[in-house]
Amino acid sequence: MTNHNWQFQTEQSLVENHGLKLDEFEKIVEGLGREPNLTELGIFSAMWNEHCSYKSSKFWLKKLPTSGERVVQGPGENAGVIDIDDGDVAVFKMESHNHPSFLEPYQGAATGVGGILRDVFTMGARPVANLNALRFGEPEHPKTKHLLSGVVSGIGGYGNCIGVPTVGGEVNFHPSYNGNILVNAMTVGIAKKDKIFYSAAAGIGNPVVYVGSKTGRDGIHGATMASAEFDDDSEEKKPTVQVGDPFTEKLLLEACLELMKEEAIIAIQDMGAAGLTSSSIEMASKGDVGLEIDLSKVPMRAQNMSAYELMLSESQERMLMVLDPSKEEMARDIFKKWDLEFEVIGKVTDTKRLILIMNGKEEASIPINILVEDAPEYQRDYIVEEPSPIKEYKSEDFDQNNILKDLNTMIMHPDLSSRKWIWEQYDHMVMADTVVRPGSDAAVVRVHGTNKGLAMSTDCSPVYCKHNPYEGGKHAVVETWRNIIASGALPIAITDCMNFGNPEKPEIMGQFVECIRGMGDACSKLNYPVVSGNVSLYNETNGEGIYPTPAIGGVGLIKDLSNVKTLSLKEDGNFLCVVGKTANHLGSSKYISIIQSKEEGGTPEINLDTELRNGNFVMDAINQKLIASAHDVGEGGILVAISEMCMSGNLGIIIEIETNFPHGYFFAEDQSRYLIEVSPNNYDECQKLSNNNDVHFEKIGIVGGDKISIKNIGDQHISALKRSFETGIKQISQ
Amino acid sequence: MKSHVIVFPGSNCDRDVAVAIKNISGDQPQMVWHKETSISQSDLIVVPGGFSYGDYLRCGAMASTSPIMQDVVKKAKEGVPVLGICNGFQILIESGLLDGALMRNNSLSFICRDILIKSKNQSSVFTKKTQVAKMPIAHNEGNFFATSEQLKRIQDDDQIAFQYCDENGNVGCQSNPNGSLENIAGILNKNKNVLGMMPHPERAADLAHGCEDGKTIFESILN
Repeated sequence: MTNHNWQFQTEQSLVENHGLKLDEFEKIVEGLGREPNLTELGIFSAMWNEHCSYKSSKFWLKKLPTSGERVVQGPGENAGVIDIDDGDVAVFKMESHNHPSFLEPYQGAATGVGGILRDVFTMGARPVANLNALRFGEPEHPKTKHLLSGVVSGIGGYGNCIGVPTVGGEVNFHPSYNGNILVNAMTVGIAKKDKIFYSAAAGIGNPVVYVGSKTGRDGIHGATMASAEFDDDSEEKKPTVQVGDPFTEKLLLEACLELMKEEAIIAIQDMGAAGLTSSSIEMASKGDVGLEIDLSKVPMRAQNMSAYELMLSESQERMLMVLDPSKEEMARDIFKKWDLEFEVIGKVTDTKRLILIMNGKEEASIPINILVEDAPEYQRDYIVEEPSPIKEYKSEDFDQNNILKDLNTMIMHPDLSSRKWIWEQYDHMVMADTVVRPGSDAAVVRVHGTNKGLAMSTDCSPVYCKHNPYEGGKHAVVETWRNIIASGALPIAITDCMNFGNPEKPEIMGQFVECIRGMGDACSKLNYPVVSGNVSLYNETNGEGIYPTPAIGGVGLIKDLSNVKTLSLKEDGNFLCVVGKTANHLGSSKYISIIQSKEEGGTPEINLDTELRNGNFVMDAINQKLIASAHDVGEGGILVAISEMCMSGNLGIIIEIETNFPHGYFFAEDQSRYLIEVSPNNYDECQKLSNNNDVHFEKIGIVGGDKISIKNIGDQHISALKRSFETGIKQISQ
Repeated sequence: MKSHVIVFPGSNCDRDVAVAIKNISGDQPQMVWHKETSISQSDLIVVPGGFSYGDYLRCGAMASTSPIMQDVVKKAKEGVPVLGICNGFQILIESGLLDGALMRNNSLSFICRDILIKSKNQSSVFTKKTQVAKMPIAHNEGNFFATSEQLKRIQDDDQIAFQYCDENGNVGCQSNPNGSLENIAGILNKNKNVLGMMPHPERAADLAHGCEDGKTIFESILN
């Protein structure tokens, strides 16, 4: 694609190889008043790519609700911050590492975890939990086994070594990810509210300090790679993937937290995507100052590195800080103790420019505002496609004799089966504060030294999003809200990781716009704001986009750990009850996809008023100590949810409820529902509470025995179900 | 009780074990940085779990050459109780205080889950109180191996501290999580004052952990 009107001295192909469009290059020339040199071109390329600039998404992200009484810091910093009482805050964010993980699953996933951990401890928080949201291609695809094993061991390899428990996550398998898996990693940390660190550089003349690992030639142009589509030659991009060193990150974490106890750090920013470039520009821009950096002082791992390479390397485990000059020696001693690099590489200036010097020669001089405020922003064209129609299913179309057989098949499927094979490879107990381990609705981690805890959950149903992006966006938010409620916590806020295809295609942009609209409506209604997030676009291979996947990570607070609930059935004789109406919505359900191998019938709709009422009822009932266990009814419907409760508690149930459409009742995915176990003594009280709050509440059966028995249908041993449940994911790995 | 917890770069269970000891004994252990060269008078030295030096070389090999280890070995030989947990067990083997080797799990993957152990030797300072106990393991290299001569010595001198077992205390392949020889989960030195074990008692030492069986090991040392 040669443009015959190219009037610049810079080669057009060089500009294109840097992922910049012609009009974007013109904008650079206009801003600088001259053509950029190679180093400057590299810097613009790194700052203006989709990954760093959010140029296609910014306009829409602004529409999400981001404030609330517990929000201390919303989007725009390294991570979001929420108030969790007693002067404590939780700091969290989720981020994608999709493209690198597809090219090199172990290192891609590992450095994804490393990056998000740094985002959190940069703010002064000690990371206390890792979660993830993973999507792979169909189980039988030849690459799935390799990618699944690689990603899982990469996540474990990094988290286990640094000593932060990986306590939760979600995983799906779908052909739309055959050529582009998704690896989204989330970290939650805890800090003191008056000890949060930000990235705005300040104090003209203050030293700019580089700490952590040395800089090598790894990961150059990683962020640009992450902003392009894949094709059959994508394997050649492997050298752009970084290599993680969790041991060094552990040292960096401890050294930073040790220094943060002193009044020494004025600003701090981790070097993530686009390394030294984005960290220095971010700090200067936030502080409305300039920075002058002498690149010859950057600790280097390789010889003869150029200014261009130093600025674009994505070597891991590095940080940039502005220090109080009087504390420089003390800070140096701390990093020396931890055997880490510590080098003053520059100073804060009043020029409002990024000036780079190397061996006495000026290599770049760019006004910060051109790089940041003047970065391109697009309102891309979009088309909102009609949602898939909702199909009414009828009892006659199903054979009720197959209910238990179908259940067995469903819980064996990798989308519904036990995730134990995955989470047993993660140290989910280090730090000794894990209260609810993986496998329940939400993981619960105690705030160290207190009797309160954080509940955390990640969720998204891409099939719902594909067939109705608005309802799918709502669902992703609401699903984490329900999981957090079912664990006994008050949901507070979310982080989002927006994974989509190519935004230059109007129908993909339409999915993005609609998902955002759905998420925004749910967040507003539930008082559950977005405090941080990340966007990953161009998730396409050979022109085929992934399903829209707005992965949500929710965080809630449990003020008293004695209110923690798990999904395990607790006691013989208790009643199992369902909260929320079942209306036989089988469309887009796991039943239809697993048993009928179809994807049809439309996405279930969520009435947010009902959602709020039902959720508040469950929260009230838990706080009034009326409930023995709780579980949200999600993918697979009521019978799958009941089975999960039985298997986890090693207890059976006699299901007494009578229905004229068993498949509809047991497998429908109507929304806003929970299962709760109530002792006979508390049943009347629960019923009264539900009536007072206009909440649909019905008894389904009685806990007991070692079987699931359904009146007029049959029974199934829990031990047999368990065998099926344990096979699904394990089978892929063998 | 005066206790010490050694901190290597990459240790990550140092705080957890210190919290458990504090909760059980009432006394705060002293944290000892690996670059130090001596430990003051001590009733218990703990070498905690983690990934010392990243374990990029054989697990525990680098840590065993840290300055502080010379004094740990000296104190162990003088009879001070020394407890190595997980990576700490690996370090004690690399330091020559315990026999055998810890190889990669036979599944070739990291394993984090609850297991059951029972104490074989019930006379050591660490094992007096433990019958069948539940606690988590979390390791990639916990597959205990010894040569037949070493194993014979370990058995003859009653040095097997813990074996993986089932609910009824039966020791068999079904209850062996990682391929360890003789289901060995922990061993003692000949004098029975040094214990290395793969399971994490500090992670089963508090009601919030859902199980408090791990306390018995610390209580045994205290009494």
